[in-house]
This record gives sequence, C-alpha cells and structure tokens, in this order.
Amino acid sequence: MIPYDFRYYKPTSIKEAADLYQTITAEGGKPVYYSGGTEIITLSRLNLVYTDAVIDIKSIPECQEWGFHHEELIIGAALPLSFFDEKRDFPLLTETAREIADYTARNKITIGGNICGQIFYREGVLPFLLLDSQVLIAGESGVRRQSLKEVFIETLTLKDGEFLVQLTTKKIDLRLPALSVKKRQQWKTGYPLLTVASVKKDGLLRFAFSGVCPFPFRSEQMEVVLNDRKKPYEERVLDSFKYLPKPVLNDTEGSSEYRLFVLKNTIIDFLKKLEGDQRE
Amino acid sequence: MSEKKSKKVTIDMNINGEKVETDILAADLLLDVIRNNLGLTGAKPGCLNGDCGACTVIINQKPMKSCLTLAIEVGDKEITTIEGLLHSPVQKAFVDEFAFQCGYCTPGFILNSHALLMNDPNPNKEKITEWLSSNICRCTGYKEIENAIQAVMTKTHNKNDSD
Repeated sequence: MIPYDFRYYKPTSIKEAADLYQTITAEGGKPVYYSGGTEIITLSRLNLVYTDAVIDIKSIPECQEWGFHHEELIIGAALPLSFFDEKRDFPLLTETAREIADYTARNKITIGGNICGQIFYREGVLPFLLLDSQVLIAGESGVRRQSLKEVFIETLTLKDGEFLVQLTTKKIDLRLPALSVKKRQQWKTGYPLLTVASVKKDGLLRFAFSGVCPFPFRSEQMEVVLNDRKKPYEERVLDSFKYLPKPVLNDTEGSSEYRLFVLKNTIIDFLKKLEGDQRE
Repeated sequence: MSEKKSKKVTIDMNINGEKVETDILAADLLLDVIRNNLGLTGAKPGCLNGDCGACTVIINQKPMKSCLTLAIEVGDKEITTIEGLLHSPVQKAFVDEFAFQCGYCTPGFILNSHALLMNDPNPNKEKITEWLSSNICRCTGYKEIENAIQAVMTKTHNKNDSD
C-alpha cells in the first residue's frame, strides 16, 4: 500500500505530458513521469519517494516506438524490458535486459525507467553507452536529440520537467561482436554484484560497467589500456583499474576488494573471448 | 493527505472474464484492489517489493506482479487471477506432482506456469527456469514445480499425438 494518494494522468502526446508537468509544478505540485513505475511504487511504499501527481507516459506513441528509420533503430522509452527478449534486432540489449530483475518484473520495468531510475545499477544504459547512441528528450521547450554520452554523466541529466522519449542506435552497430555478463554473489536471481558489457568495433574493445561504482559508466581511458595487446591480460586489467571512477562499491552484495577481484576475472574472460571474436 | 488528493475514482475492470466497476484511489495497488475491493484473495501479499511473485496475476496474457502495478493502469486490460483459472491442467499437475506445501506462493506459481504454457506450449528447460525465477517458494522446492510443468507438456503432446 502506498501511504499517500496522488493524481494520475495519462497523456497521449509529448506536448500534453510536458504541459501537464509545467501546470502541476506551477500550482505548487510535485509531479513525476511514470513509465513502468516499479521503482516509484516500491520507493513510495517505503516513503522514499513522494509525488502529488503521476504522469504516465505509456500512452504516448513515440514512447512505444520500435523500428528502423534512416538506418537507425528507434527504441521507445516505455517499452518493457521483456520486449527485447521477443525482438532480437539488438542482441546486446537483449542479453543485458534479460539479466535485469526477473521475468515478470521485466514485463513491467521499461527501458526508460531503468535508465532514469534512482537505483544505481541502471544496467539498461550499458549497450547504449557502448554504441554511442542518441537520446530524444522532451520538455517544456520541445524535443531535443542529443548524444547519450553528453547527457549521461553517472545518471541521465534531465532538466526539471524533461523526460526520456526514445533512444536511437545505428543499425550497422547492432550486430557487432558483443558480450554482456551479470555476476551475482548468490543464485541466478539475487541482486547484482556487477555487470560488464563490451563490444568490439574497428578491432578495439569498448567496455561499460554497472555495479562497480554507484553509477553505470563507460571509461574510454580504461579502454585504451585494455586494448594494449602488447601486455598480458592480467597486467592490462590491473593497469586499467587506475582509471576506475571512485568510489568502488562496498556493500552487502560484496566488498570493494571482492568486486575488483570479480571484475578482473570477468574482464579477462571478455578479453579472451572477444579478442579472438569467440561468442559465448 | 488532502481531501482533494484522496478523491476516489471509478474504474471498469475486466477480471476473470467479467466486467466489474470499483472505486479506487489513484495510488491503490492492483493487489489491494483485487483482494480488498473485489474479494479475490488468491493473489497474496508477500514481499510487496516485486521480489517474491506471490501476488502474480496475468494481465493481457503476461504474468505480472500486482504489487508493482497500480489498479488505475489496467482498466482497459484483461486480468486473470487464480480464481479465474478453473480446471487449468497446471492446477491438477501441481496436485499430482506435490508441487506445493504451505500453498502461500502457489497461486503465483500456477499463474506464471499457466502463462508460460499459454505463450509457449513447448518451453525448454532454460526458459522454464527463467520464468520460474520470478517466484519464490520457501518450503517445497522448485524441482516439483518444474515437474508439474513438464507433466502438462507431456500430457499435451500425448493428447496431440493421439488426436
């Protein structure tokens, strides 16, 4: 049970949603955009989130879009994660998404909700960081398209009243050799320890991580070191750790030492598989 | 909570093949509405955090956790609870295979298993494990539940072969 009530709106256009947000804010209210809503519901129940008004974006056609346009794959932010298990056009996204939460939860959690969530894993962003995707963001002043790399700095940096509408990724990049692995301390469904995702483009490996630090990230500095084939795998990985953002997580899922141990072994596995172009 | 914010709204629900009208708050969880407003207590409150699956219902052919869903979101959708699943072969298989003990998690497991076989009559072992990982049982174990699903699959194949 959510310990407070709110108003619920279901806009059918981007403009209607953005206008609603402005109107509610101008009236002194505190609206939130709502997609899958799983995090809003669970955190509200714990009194960790409060809202006066929920603006459900699932009925906005652009947020449900899926398809190719001008050699790009367009992915609506309100598509549930389980959708990518059914549509296999973006294998790295399929692999990454199917490790988030569990199957029935993935029927509700959306890709936009995962990327914009407060819970720090936000693994859904990793494939998009690796493939230099673009994002379509809507707000009071209309819609803008921007490189994800420019606006995802630890979190998706949205201005007040803005929401994520779509992600777009070049079609040519969707079938690059890629891997995504989630490591858990226990079972197949426990909370994640960390997730590593990687693609090989133009002979070089790119890496993005979740669960290592309290935010997902891609590090081009680490990639330079990890691609130095003159050095043995372990030396490269340990050298690359100099460029890890801080802090490395140290929590009940695993100490920072344990995380770095698992991270080292996982990256070595990736280097072995992807430098030889072996898919799992 | 102000008077204005707590205003109830009337929604139409399509549940177990029946159209029902009920008054809810926008913040009411689907789980609470089907239990408290409609008296359908098969869906169970467990973790209330989307982890245990005891509250699973089928919404538009997909198993979903009703503790992670607002009732106001599903007015235009078809909902099936365990009460609407009369004589599903999965129910009998759960009995035959001893796939439950205390029974608290059972409605969620049965609905998830039923939805799995509805969406894919011949799932492989990996898919069965993946779907069942959405639900937690703390007294029987998962082997008997997997056996129940396998038993339905075997029975369906045998029936199809003899038809």
